[in-house]
Amino acid sequence: MSEPQSRTLPSSLIDAHFWYYPVVAHPPRHCLLVRVTHWITTLCFLALLVSGIELVISHPRFYWGEEGHSLTPALFQIPIPASRAHVKTGYDFVLPDQNGWSRSLHFQTAWIVVFTGLIYAAFSLRSGHLRRNLLPAQLSWATLSESFANHLRLMPPFTGGYNLLQRLVYLLVIFGLFPLMIWTGLAMSPAIAAGYPFVVELSGGHQSARTIHFFATLALVLFFVVHVLMVYLAGLRTRLLPMLSSRYPAPEEQV
Amino acid sequence: MSNGRRNFIAGGVAGLAGTAAWRLAGQSGLLPPDSSGIYGVGHSLTYAAQRLLTGQANAREFSRDQISKIPHPNGKPPQSQDFQRLQANGFADWQLQVDGLVSRPGSFSLADLKAHPSGSQITQLICEEGWSYIAEWTGTPLAHLLELTGAQPKARYMLAYAMDGWVDSIDMHDARHPQTLLTYGMNGTNLPVAHGGPLRLRVPRQLGYKSLKYVSRITFTDQLKEEASDYSWYAGI
Ligand code: HEM
Repeated sequence: MSEPQSRTLPSSLIDAHFWYYPVVAHPPRHCLLVRVTHWITTLCFLALLVSGIELVISHPRFYWGEEGHSLTPALFQIPIPASRAHVKTGYDFVLPDQNGWSRSLHFQTAWIVVFTGLIYAAFSLRSGHLRRNLLPAQLSWATLSESFANHLRLMPPFTGGYNLLQRLVYLLVIFGLFPLMIWTGLAMSPAIAAGYPFVVELSGGHQSARTIHFFATLALVLFFVVHVLMVYLAGLRTRLLPMLSSRYPAPEEQV
Repeated sequence: MSNGRRNFIAGGVAGLAGTAAWRLAGQSGLLPPDSSGIYGVGHSLTYAAQRLLTGQANAREFSRDQISKIPHPNGKPPQSQDFQRLQANGFADWQLQVDGLVSRPGSFSLADLKAHPSGSQITQLICEEGWSYIAEWTGTPLAHLLELTGAQPKARYMLAYAMDGWVDSIDMHDARHPQTLLTYGMNGTNLPVAHGGPLRLRVPRQLGYKSLKYVSRITFTDQLKEEASDYSWYAGI
């Protein structure tokens, strides 16, 4: 394999992190609001994930429609032990009940993430962040397949802005998965179902809402893993530091 | 004005507004008894928001053909000898005691309760664990019992005591709600012991743990000393 050729940039701008292609630093800048809401969301996501896993452990079976419990057939069951004795899991032990703090943490965090998300969405719309940085500039089959190909070849990012695929995935997460999580979460609340029955009815019933909530979680976890991997591959110095502090990228790195 | 200064002022205004909102919520009865502690903010937001947003709305009701073939009997009936004696006798000697902040405290046998107007509902019981089923419940509307015993205006909560030692409570908003029943019937038969018979409280706008089984006493109070529990007191979610 030939040495990756250095482009016309000084070596200080090349992040040696990437094992094959040099990463050319055209790092992005992130404004304060994006940085703060991003890290609040990350903390919330982890808290929701941990508490959510605990809640699933109390009943690792899923159903479709309105009803479902230990005595009815499941749509599927996760092969893990449970924290309730009436769930047949195939394990001869029962885990301790952790639902009290898990539920309280889950809902309190849900409130924080909803407020954070609303502030972020309002800001993105008003400031032009959405239009400039997130909506794809040129969306076509050609640009899409090019972006796909670049990812498959692990091409380094050449521009500071988000690439096409990255933009589409962010949009899917921000305006697809997050609202879906909130919608199906609310659908599981008996009080919300009383006041606003369409929330649960559009989800296909109480148990369907729970199942969709679970699959949306899986999608978010997949996003999370790939997202962090991409940041790592694209270069921690050039991509992560700007998300942490406005001192990055340093002035001489800005192109 | 500099950005930092503006942010500082905005933060101050938001803080003051938050404090004022918290006080107002407390005065309008929108704070739950577990509004302090590390999860107090979440508990309070959920309680206040759902009270404001859902008001007197009824829990969803279902059609008869949506009733679950098998309802899930969770947990075990009380193991005490007292209970077994009552059960052996078909609960003929069982009584519900009503006391606290009521003008006419009293006791009611099953026959007494059944002599009063009854309400029926086909609703979903949703357990906090994640499972659920639909059944028809029949019983005395708690609102009716409140009129009968003359609940005093200063009553804010209803505590229910179960024969297996469980205690739980709801606010008067839910106690007066037309769908809140003291149920003695389920799916057209007497309420089975496995499902909380002889008497189960049904609060269908909250999770299953508020639908206390084996209830033998209810009492009205203006103060709740929350038992140390991680489970949120309000279970509308
Ligand atoms: C430890 C975990 C995480 C790390 C290290 C991380 C890192 C980053 C970085 C470096 C960027 C900028 C990307 C670039 O410049 O190309 C970014 C953007 C973004 N991340 Fe994360 N992230 C994490 C967790 C999450 C989670 C949990 C979510 C959501 C579920 C998320 C959603 C986003 C979104 C939507 C953007 C675009 C933000 C915007 O410009 O408005 N991240 N992240």
